[in-house]
Amino acid sequence: MDLAYTEEEEEFRARLREWLAAVLPALPAKPGPDDWPGRRAYDTAWQRMLYDAGYAGLHWPVDAGGRGATPTQHLIFLEETEKAGAPYVGANFVGLLHAGPTIAAEGTAVQRARWLPPVLRGDEIWCQGFSEPDAGSDLASLRTRAVRDGDDYVVSGQKIWTSHAEVADWCELLVRTDPAAPKHRGISWLAMRMDVPGVTVRPLRTLAGSTEFAEMFLDEVRIPVTHRVGAENDGWRVTMVTLSFERGTAFVGEVVACRRTLAALAAEARANGRWDDPVLRRRLGGLNAEFRALWRLTQWNVSEAQRSGGVPGTGGSVFKLRYSQARQELYEAAAEVLGADGADLDREWVLDRLSSLSYTIAAGTSQIQRNIVAERILGLPKGR
Amino acid sequence: MDFQLSDDQRALRTGIRELLAGRFGRDRMRAALDGGTGIDRALWRELGEAGFFALRLPEAAGGVGLGLPESVLLFEEVGRSLLPGPLIATHLAAGAVKGAAQGEAVIAALDAGRPVGHLGDADGLLVLGAGYAGSGAGPGSGSGAGSGAWDAPGPADGILRDVVGIREAAEPVRSLDPFTPLWRVTGRVGAVAHLPGGALRAEGALLAAAEQLGSAARTTEMAVQHAGEREQFGSPIGSFQAVKHLCAGMLVRTELARGAVYAAAVTADRVEIAGAKLLADDAAVRNARDCLQVHGGMGFTWEADVHLHLKRAWLRSGQWLTAATAEEVLAADLC
Repeated sequence: MDLAYTEEEEEFRARLREWLAAVLPALPAKPGPDDWPGRRAYDTAWQRMLYDAGYAGLHWPVDAGGRGATPTQHLIFLEETEKAGAPYVGANFVGLLHAGPTIAAEGTAVQRARWLPPVLRGDEIWCQGFSEPDAGSDLASLRTRAVRDGDDYVVSGQKIWTSHAEVADWCELLVRTDPAAPKHRGISWLAMRMDVPGVTVRPLRTLAGSTEFAEMFLDEVRIPVTHRVGAENDGWRVTMVTLSFERGTAFVGEVVACRRTLAALAAEARANGRWDDPVLRRRLGGLNAEFRALWRLTQWNVSEAQRSGGVPGTGGSVFKLRYSQARQELYEAAAEVLGADGADLDREWVLDRLSSLSYTIAAGTSQIQRNIVAERILGLPKGR
Repeated sequence: MDFQLSDDQRALRTGIRELLAGRFGRDRMRAALDGGTGIDRALWRELGEAGFFALRLPEAAGGVGLGLPESVLLFEEVGRSLLPGPLIATHLAAGAVKGAAQGEAVIAALDAGRPVGHLGDADGLLVLGAGYAGSGAGPGSGSGAGSGAWDAPGPADGILRDVVGIREAAEPVRSLDPFTPLWRVTGRVGAVAHLPGGALRAEGALLAAAEQLGSAARTTEMAVQHAGEREQFGSPIGSFQAVKHLCAGMLVRTELARGAVYAAAVTADRVEIAGAKLLADDAAVRNARDCLQVHGGMGFTWEADVHLHLKRAWLRSGQWLTAATAEEVLAADLC
């Protein structure tokens, strides 16, 4: 049981810090939340900088163009970039953390060579076409159909909650290729170009007022069979490989960010006098315990992944349950600190408070995560 | 960074668990409960021989030469097994009080303003006087924003060897926890011999947090086992989502507390220890309550062990470091 970093790890951290200090001051101003072309340009420019410096795809395997870094190095990367205020992965999220790792693990040599380098260089952006209006938490109920026609699939259906759809070049798409098979067995994973005929994207407005995601209508879209990753009807297994990555280290940077926000809340409370309220002060103290422990749990999970050869375990669900709740509590406390200013959308943290409502829903609701923990970790019988 | 148990630590944990299962299994635990809860001196000496109290003493001084992380693993197992007695105070006093390391002496903890557990069996007292927010005892006490140096050694901290006078003046308290007889001590405590180091309260809080962690893990297992066996409406109750979600919540609390407690053991940092105690108290108390709920009517009986975990968890929550002080320490750290 050791929390000390090795000499090699500390050296990696030092070089990264040096590089961040050199490049971050030259970055352009961050675009507004609804300026999608601006956000794409900003995020891809940052990805290009990472690529040129050798930090792109740090956690990807070497034969997929990545650096094959250890989980601990990846943890250090996420920690240091967040601490330095570097851009978040942003529009590259699906490509770097989702579609890319899936293609790296399950794709053919041709597919890897075609799709992976542009993700690492920041040339192409991916979005995720998984959820449907009637297939959210029950993802395997998806109905978007793909019918084989010669060398193509002809795809029709509707997708929803598709982040970055407006600016994406590619979509990782789950489709039903065998309607007669049991629902988990008839699904395939396809890569779809976003500019082909039959794709219509309509932005959705969130309760925070932003256009964070979109719905997508597919009308007889032709996708080459060669764009299928994994075997036909094996898409569910391919997807599960990907989801374990999503829940592994996806929130490392966010925990660091929450600890920073908490310190800023304490400073604000001292400045405006709210700190003298022992109930609020103790609440902030309790949140300090939460986020410190969540950081330790992250280190625990990363160490476990490192020992097991890089595969994130089910600990991700345990982490996500507590983290998503703690993050909502953080912004509830922020509203307490702000007092009357908590109604001012221009004040820092007010928009974050609204955004935080999605954390217990996105990437698997808390209810679904509890089922996963109860059935897969605790071994309780499956419900009916 | 390798924040996982080492092979030696795993072996140690297995060894302690097996030792406790052999010496203080469920039958003996229930027999002790029914037959009065005085300290079993023979068992105490066996624990001494096994190195329970001398775990952190240097080998040259007859100890085992291990560190705080190993002590935490030991006390986690203590928490699982419901083993009673002032184990933490005796562990902390080993090396400073003759016979404590070997299990020949029983050292109880006297924390100003709190009832003293196991005073009737004590051969000595570990006195925690100063720096206790809200206790009103000694310099450094107080409440509010500053929180004081809760873990700093105070002029009244130390060892008291002569307990006869204190025992005679003390009044027995009808204890919430049937395994922990309590006495109310009034008046001033006399001269004490000082202990070197001075991290007594912090280390005690960490080891109590480890006990809470062990209890939280155990009640999670008990709930999961019951939910998998007990059938209602033709199915194990664990197949119902409402029960399933209670159990999942228990594991989440346990694992978060585990991260906090183990990290605090490695760093020995006072703020980390405060966080560990806060989260472990929460996990132990709320898990025992949820375990009781999962057990249904059986959970409310004396026969089920759940109430013993809950009562001990409640008691420990008020010992060494309370939630109020821990939260103040953690708040002060933000500034």
